[in-house]
Amino acid sequence: MKKIGIIAYGITPFTKDDQKIESSLLKSTKNLFENNPQINRGDIDAVLVSTNNNSKYLSPILSEMIDIQPKIAHSIESLCNSGTNSIVSAYSYIASGLADMVLISGAERYDSPGHILEWDNSRGEYKHPIFWASIFTKSYKRQFSISDVDLAVVPVKNHKQAKENPNAMSNKTYSIQDVLESKKLTEDIRLLDCSRPCTGSASVILASEEIARENNYESTWITGIGQKTTSAGFTKNISLSSMESTKLAGRAALKMANRTISDIDVAEIHDAFSVCEPIALESLGFSNLGNGINMVKDLYETNNFKINPRGGLIGSGHPLGATGIAQTIEITQQIQSKAGNRQVDDVNVGLVHNMSAAATSSTVLILEK
Amino acid sequence: MNFETELALGNFYIPECGKCMKVVWPPSEFCNHCFGEVLLKKKIFEGKIIEFSRKDDEYFCLVEFEKEVRVMVKTPNIPKIGQIVKILRCGISNGNYFFHVI
Ligand SMILES: [Zn+2]
Repeated sequence: MKKIGIIAYGITPFTKDDQKIESSLLKSTKNLFENNPQINRGDIDAVLVSTNNNSKYLSPILSEMIDIQPKIAHSIESLCNSGTNSIVSAYSYIASGLADMVLISGAERYDSPGHILEWDNSRGEYKHPIFWASIFTKSYKRQFSISDVDLAVVPVKNHKQAKENPNAMSNKTYSIQDVLESKKLTEDIRLLDCSRPCTGSASVILASEEIARENNYESTWITGIGQKTTSAGFTKNISLSSMESTKLAGRAALKMANRTISDIDVAEIHDAFSVCEPIALESLGFSNLGNGINMVKDLYETNNFKINPRGGLIGSGHPLGATGIAQTIEITQQIQSKAGNRQVDDVNVGLVHNMSAAATSSTVLILEK
Repeated sequence: MNFETELALGNFYIPECGKCMKVVWPPSEFCNHCFGEVLLKKKIFEGKIIEFSRKDDEYFCLVEFEKEVRVMVKTPNIPKIGQIVKILRCGISNGNYFFHVI
């Protein structure tokens, strides 16, 4: 297999702005090219747009707005893991030889239609994500005798880390008490347990090793990819206190990279809700079943940014189509020692975990120096 | 017989393949295993609570019917895991299925 790397990235702040999707896409792409003037736009032979937005023909539109004529141009939608799905598609285009350099741009508006999966009638009248999250939370707490106080450390840690991320929506720190006293949405979910919809965009360029070496581009290599879709409907999840798709995607990604979970120095985890972080840590093998929350607590108490250094989805905000790309940018910055106050020491290998619709689909990427 | 037409009338049937008998849930026109026609033979009356939570004064539960059909339902009473509940009302409202159990 060809070696494929990330050679450039750009991002916008995540906000509540009412902004056209085309404008959002253009802003992170503009940021990318301003940060990387050495890149010749004409070399881009594929443009992939990641979004749940209903606007049409976004990839050709973005291409025209940056004055390029790629061979391949289309959108990719897979709810919350559209971003990493687009990166995997770009990887495949390059690996197959259909493209050598691919621009991937993800964007979403705060009012994205991607928050609700209408098709899933097994959710009855409970189609908002807080309902599946409540069921997972209740089940996880029951299974492992975990309390609301225990779980509250997830948003406390992630908001603290987001404060060091200039693009994060949150700029506040919260105490355990603040989380417990925030608006009760259900018996098991409070407002601060949730990642929030927002407007934002993130872009990366992937290139083949030949292109990267020829042009002397600083590259972060994608060495592992794992994906698994177990169903579309939430109620098909057999376990409500672990994530089967994440477990299988994680294993596949590590196997491809010829790594074990103990090799991972830093990771972005899809914390759509508080409970998702410990469950994902367990399903990926970072900790034993029921022990994920202790790992989060230890990291928080030792000021260790290893998990979700940019503040996760809870601290950064969750612009669906941009999230997986923003996660990938964070790990790239960590590997390149460019993460500022969020920098984790001695990072060689990083992991991205991005998932959709109550963990029915997961993507895991391994990135290396 | 169509699943949604029946559900709108308050009848909750198990969508089952006429060829291989597999339960097809969520309902679909054709079996997801053999593409046989999906039929409605058996009406659902009771199920078992798998998990639950509460929004305001209403409990919402994940209930399993006939060991294969899992649905999110509403109940006015305090649920218990493993408890057997009966369908009180079901239908379609504003395009969403709804199921109330007791
Ligand atoms: Zn069949």
